[in-house]
Amino acid sequence: MKQYIVRRAGYSLLSLFLLSLVIFLFVRVTGDPVSLLVEPGASPEDIENMRRQFGLDRPLWEQYWHFMASLAVGDLGQSFYYRTPVFELYFQRLPNSLLLAAVAMSLSLLIGIPSGILAAVRVDGFWDSAGKIFALLGLSLPSFWVGLVLILFFSVYLGWLPSSGSGSTLHLLMPAFTLGWYFAAAHMRLTRSSMLEVLGSEYIKLARLKGLPEALVIGKHALKNALIPVITLAGINLVVMINVAVVVETVFAWPGIGRLLYEGITFRDFPIVQGVVVIGGAMIVLVNLLVDILYALIDPRIRLES
Amino acid sequence: MTITTPPIAAAAAELPPAAFWRLKGFPLIPVLILLFIAFVAVFADVLAPYDPQVGSLARRFRPPAWQDGGSMAYLLGTDHVGRDVLSRLIFGARVSMIVGITAVLVAGGIGTLLGIVSGYLGGWADQVVMRITDTWLALPALTFAIFLAAIVGPSEFNIILILGLVYWTRYARVIRGEVLSLKQREFVRLAIVAGCSSRVIMWRHILPNVINSAVVLATLMLGVVIVTEASLSFLGVGVPPPKPAWGLMMADGKKGLMVGYWWLTVLPGICIMLMVLSANLLGDWLRVKLDPQLRQL
Repeated sequence: MKQYIVRRAGYSLLSLFLLSLVIFLFVRVTGDPVSLLVEPGASPEDIENMRRQFGLDRPLWEQYWHFMASLAVGDLGQSFYYRTPVFELYFQRLPNSLLLAAVAMSLSLLIGIPSGILAAVRVDGFWDSAGKIFALLGLSLPSFWVGLVLILFFSVYLGWLPSSGSGSTLHLLMPAFTLGWYFAAAHMRLTRSSMLEVLGSEYIKLARLKGLPEALVIGKHALKNALIPVITLAGINLVVMINVAVVVETVFAWPGIGRLLYEGITFRDFPIVQGVVVIGGAMIVLVNLLVDILYALIDPRIRLES
Repeated sequence: MTITTPPIAAAAAELPPAAFWRLKGFPLIPVLILLFIAFVAVFADVLAPYDPQVGSLARRFRPPAWQDGGSMAYLLGTDHVGRDVLSRLIFGARVSMIVGITAVLVAGGIGTLLGIVSGYLGGWADQVVMRITDTWLALPALTFAIFLAAIVGPSEFNIILILGLVYWTRYARVIRGEVLSLKQREFVRLAIVAGCSSRVIMWRHILPNVINSAVVLATLMLGVVIVTEASLSFLGVGVPPPKPAWGLMMADGKKGLMVGYWWLTVLPGICIMLMVLSANLLGDWLRVKLDPQLRQL
């Protein structure tokens, strides 16, 4: 077990190392990094100073060492626009992103799990077909279009919901649904297939033979096992949500991480863009590690297998 | 000595062309939609009634013909600088098609090549490619694409490269898995015994057998790539204005949404939706028909 965790942690460290290397190299190989790291319209002397300050005149490996040393102490540079460290900005916005992700996740599970169960219990029935269409649309529709159409209906024509901003529960509804639909589709598909698998297993046959009512068989015996992969996926998706909400947050002007990234693009504020990518990637690597370890703790087959 | 390599999923290919149409569940409407979009993209110059990049402020924000104030001259209305929406949608089809297809080819090329090499050679080459793939997958695709776009700057060519660079990992994963199982098969072993070099085996014997999966993946990826391109354009790091890209049209139209100029955002959105939905439906069908091994995807 210990060996397994150490090896998985080693892979994750390697991934983090490669991640930093990829980002570091892309910034430097694709042109003059000074033009990205210095504010647009800076004077030639400023640019020269910056070059020296960032050590861009020194050899690559030395630059990388400097980059990693700054990362290790949480220094992702300073935003040009806000004049504050990127790290601080990120953690100012994080609670908003977490709130949006939590609500979107709840919505997606509330829709995805029951419809997935219904679809699995009656394969090719009405709910199965309806669910398939719902999932296909969720996976195919661009989220900014869903967002804009919702605004058109609920804000412009009906005037029920505020079109943008944050502050109240009403502000949360449309962005959470827009973000949640895509994930609801994924959760529905997984619930359906995992439920079908469980329903075919021996212990369910036994439960039915014992004469348990169908509702109990499905709602209690089957559901417990069928939900394990869904909950795992939901855990990973919660972190993914924080990092892919950029389009939704832009459409609804929701002040989260995605909106920060968008501001980084529009103000040509490169340190912000870089910071969001670095932290997002690291988060996902760490969550994957956590899931792997938890799985190994629960299921001995996984740790013995490798 | 040459060894013929039997394609795994030859069942569908062996049918005469006429029977292909009668296969159960052939997604006729999605295919027709895709063909229509392709047709429009190719003949955009002839089909579009106006120049998509030139407008006149005198006729801005005209609604579609069937609404009050609309005219038959501008069937789908005009945008905030008076450009004809229909013409822009028609030329937008060209942008989406070009970016979508070439980006999928770039991603598929890189991914298939690396998948075959790492799967067949194994050892440290496999380790390196798979560790890089893991790292790549840790980066959320859209955020990664935005990061790259912020570095290299927006242009149609750059978008294609970026999308290719972001999405190749999906191919590498799947193709590698297939190669691992193909490697154990008789015909590959015989080729080794016959003294074929690794390069010949990879190109002549493995590649033809993974093409089916690559095509299925390409169809499924087309939708993903088009949505990503539209999202990038929508955020202002995709196809640069004044080129008529659907995502860009929606970003421009967003400003008019609150005063009810719905056609500027809804219409390009419907175009994106139809194209992505059709590609996904066709991809799903191909996956089931051509390649049973991919069904669990």
